[in-house]
Amino acid sequence: MSDVDIRKVVEEELNNIAPEVDMASVDPAADLREAIDIDSMDFLNFITAIDHRLGIAIPEIDYPKLVTLDGAVAYIAAHLGSGKG
Amino acid sequence: MAEFRMPSLGADMEAGTLVEWLVKPGDHVKRGDIIAVVETQKGAIEVETFQSGQIEKFLVDLNGKVPVGTPLAEIRTEGEAEPVAAAAAPPIKPAAPMVAPPPAQAPVIAPSPPVVPAAAGLRASPAARRLAEQRGIDLSSVTGSGPAGAITYADIERRLGAAPAAAPERKRAPGLDLNAMRVAIAAAMARSKREIPHYYLEHQVDVTPCEQWLSQKNATLPPDSRLLFGALAIKAVALAARRFPAVNGFYRDDKFEPAPAAHVGVAIAIRCGGLVAPALHDADQLSLDALMGRMRDLVQRTRSGRIRSSEISDPTITVSSLGERGVEALYGIIYPPQVAIVGFGKVVERPWVVDGAIGPRSVITMTLAADHRVSDGHAGALFLAEIGRLLQEPDKL
Repeated sequence: MSDVDIRKVVEEELNNIAPEVDMASVDPAADLREAIDIDSMDFLNFITAIDHRLGIAIPEIDYPKLVTLDGAVAYIAAHLGSGKG
Repeated sequence: MAEFRMPSLGADMEAGTLVEWLVKPGDHVKRGDIIAVVETQKGAIEVETFQSGQIEKFLVDLNGKVPVGTPLAEIRTEGEAEPVAAAAAPPIKPAAPMVAPPPAQAPVIAPSPPVVPAAAGLRASPAARRLAEQRGIDLSSVTGSGPAGAITYADIERRLGAAPAAAPERKRAPGLDLNAMRVAIAAAMARSKREIPHYYLEHQVDVTPCEQWLSQKNATLPPDSRLLFGALAIKAVALAARRFPAVNGFYRDDKFEPAPAAHVGVAIAIRCGGLVAPALHDADQLSLDALMGRMRDLVQRTRSGRIRSSEISDPTITVSSLGERGVEALYGIIYPPQVAIVGFGKVVERPWVVDGAIGPRSVITMTLAADHRVSDGHAGALFLAEIGRLLQEPDKL
């Protein structure tokens, strides 16, 4: 799965949570919690969706690595690549 | 003969629009079954019946807006004779109870088909979805006017009546119903401040034990089974509320009615502005896992406009939390006719004295706004302290 495809999945799942946000306008280095106004429940739903869709059960301890769009894409790419997915 | 009436879903509601029946005449229903969908200022609400029996007839046409209390259907209760006209009809076997689709069928952020990303996460009432499906309308081509841009039945009707569609709008502006929700909030909060003599207390609690317990537990669980601090907070409030009945119940007709159960209203923010606090029923009785599952379901349904009537009218006390961002303390306004609201600020790292030594601890500020007609600060203080005590032993919640 290419980084472009991963970014598409991440953006789709974030849009499921925040449908009114134009993901193209979100700074990929910005803290998503601020940038698209998501709370801990939204974030858990995002992590759950990534698990259900890509088979990566991201541990809580790694959550800080996924708080930006770029960070989430890089993390998922690394873990899909490791064969965990 | 019993009447199924337009329910009052909050002190501020005057009328509602019947948009869907989930049963038909002749169907057997039992208390608690969801039998109709009503659109209100709070969005589409699934309405349960309080009567068991057989649906005799409908009294209001679909899409009729009628005042609260208007009979919508007649229900022949158990033991009542069948009316003469119906006597010739073949007896209807007690059917399986008619219930709405289980919450599990809600599109809980289901992966969207890549071909139609615009349709993903669209918010629409069940009635709107059904009408759109029947008439072949692509929901993504409809601009929602409901809470958070949710598509209402009326939006689909407008779309059907409209000339060939304008270009589909990707962004859904907050529309009329969000304004209506604001009006509802304004009415309830103004009434609260007018009528309820609030008193306010605040209490700081070391929640390090909760954080440690949660991280240990969640480390072994897949994401869809993980717990949030909010579940612990709600359980602790519910347990404490059962021990301090003066904060749990309703003030109506100049007297306090203590509640026989702890139905905790959970304040849920609607994206783009809006707030609803539906009930988590019997939160004191639920295991943390069950409570968390119910909370996720409730938040999901609330934000997609699928709350049930009992969830709107039932809360006996409310919990409001502004989450892990933002402020350290919030002072709530009681939602009438309730008599108390508990606020949780964000968890912050603070120097704290434990066993005579100063160390970093995770601290949360809890607040209580309570009705002074019913309780005094002393009882309120004991109630808050009890919540704090319960949060010291998360494994016993």
